[in-house]
Amino acid sequence: MQEIIIGAVSLGLLWAVMTIGVYISYSVLGMADMTAEGSITLGAAVAAQTIAGGGSPYLGLLLALLCGMAAGLCNGLLHTKLKIPSLLSGILTMTALFSVNLHVMGKANISLLRMPTVYSPVASLLGIDKGLSVIAVGLVICAVIIGLLYWFFGTEIGSAIRATGNNPHMARAQGINTDRTIIIGLVLSNALIALSGALIGQSQNYADLQMGTGAIVIGLASLFIGEVLFGKRNFFIRLSSMVAGAIIYRLIIAFVLKLGMPADDLKLFTAITVVLALTLPGIKKAAQSRRRALPGGPQDA
Amino acid sequence: MLKVTGLYKVFNRGTVNERVALENVSLTLEKGDFVTVIGGNGAGKSTLLNCVAGVYPPDGGSIVVDGVDVTRLAEYRRARHLGRVFQDPMRGTCADMNIEENLALARRRGRPRGLSWGVTRREREEYRAMLEALGLGLEDRLSAKVGLLSGGQRQALTLLMATLRAPKLLLLDEHTAALDPRTAKKVLELSDRVISEGGLTTMMVTHNMRDAIRYGNRLIMMSGGGIAVDVSGEEKKNLTVEDLLKLFEKARGDGEEIPDRMVLG
Repeated sequence: MQEIIIGAVSLGLLWAVMTIGVYISYSVLGMADMTAEGSITLGAAVAAQTIAGGGSPYLGLLLALLCGMAAGLCNGLLHTKLKIPSLLSGILTMTALFSVNLHVMGKANISLLRMPTVYSPVASLLGIDKGLSVIAVGLVICAVIIGLLYWFFGTEIGSAIRATGNNPHMARAQGINTDRTIIIGLVLSNALIALSGALIGQSQNYADLQMGTGAIVIGLASLFIGEVLFGKRNFFIRLSSMVAGAIIYRLIIAFVLKLGMPADDLKLFTAITVVLALTLPGIKKAAQSRRRALPGGPQDA
Repeated sequence: MLKVTGLYKVFNRGTVNERVALENVSLTLEKGDFVTVIGGNGAGKSTLLNCVAGVYPPDGGSIVVDGVDVTRLAEYRRARHLGRVFQDPMRGTCADMNIEENLALARRRGRPRGLSWGVTRREREEYRAMLEALGLGLEDRLSAKVGLLSGGQRQALTLLMATLRAPKLLLLDEHTAALDPRTAKKVLELSDRVISEGGLTTMMVTHNMRDAIRYGNRLIMMSGGGIAVDVSGEEKKNLTVEDLLKLFEKARGDGEEIPDRMVLG
């Protein structure tokens, strides 16, 4: 049991990085960026190939980050300069990335067994096993990312990006180059998602061409769980709630698997979770207004 | 301050829905001019304003603001010269950001944005003073989300944002049309005060003949994509709604009707 929880928390912390990336595209910019599915695999592939080629795992993280930025840049350019609707531009980038990822990996998966990862020095330094070292590294990385983003979105550029997602007409009327702010947002988002992929790949000791499939839905599920549990009070809490949401999502998954749900149904389960999260607020509101409309409802009290 | 020459704009060109929205419109505004623009639905008044603002690229003609040719300039690039308030109160502000953040975005209009803080402590004091002068009780709600404000408050805030850095040209696009009559009057009076205090060159589109007569030093009536009536000075001061209706009657194209709201508003 303890092992399952450690596994879920460590995986949750690594997926939290991805969830924060999804938060930037989905909640800040208001776009469902499908590029995520490709860039998470891209990150894992680049980092794994770096390590397999004898490079430092930390260099692998950096390269993954840069490649994720490039993927975000491609999608941003397709959407803003070529005027392709954001959902389609994301699907196009994701599809193109599938080939790119295959080129990077050269085969369907790369094993990292018995190779150094970013976790191994931490494990030997602190004298803990791999599961706990993933948690330690994950916590530090999440804390650094939250700190950096909290600062960044408070700056002039960060405010301009938030304004672009909130009201692009107003943003342009205030002299904001909305093409540029969208691109910066997507670059940032995919950098984090690729970084997350690199961290996940190293924690499970392999990179797999299919690991990105359904990633965006997992990210959204985590995002909604965080939002429901912690609200939207302020930006710091929102960012932290992404981490909590990602961990809780993993705990829920571990729990339902333990209860006997077949692993094959995981993606179906996740998709249904997202559908519920998207529709429940509307249903709740409709029910409330219906109750109010009835005589003797709360309004009459 | 503004020189529009031979402006031409067609929507849905080459389709059955092709419609000439602006036909050879020329207009010159001197510094400090406050011109009200009136006209029926589809007369081209909002299209003219949106072409000047850069929302639509014109299909012909030129637009010069204070000696700078902005005809081909992207909307966000010419924003440095312009202050704008829209008909829809939701359009001029960011609902999910708070009052001071919205003001700070407006304060940086036309300036490079970098990695310094989006709102500084010193600005906050300035904003408080400005909002106090507005007299809407917003000075103590700097950190309130703009989405919580009423339509009138949002329009007043948008007006403050549009004039925070004195614009070369202020564009008001039926900015009180979505408000109730009392609030509309307050926002109009506030606009008039801000414009005369700052000596701002202004174009105000309105559907209300009385407001078009009451405010500004010049009145333009548009019809069928062109300027049909252009009165200023003494003539404008002595204008009545009846005069305006007669002028409109004379100028209007075939089948163009005076919308009720223009007369009754």
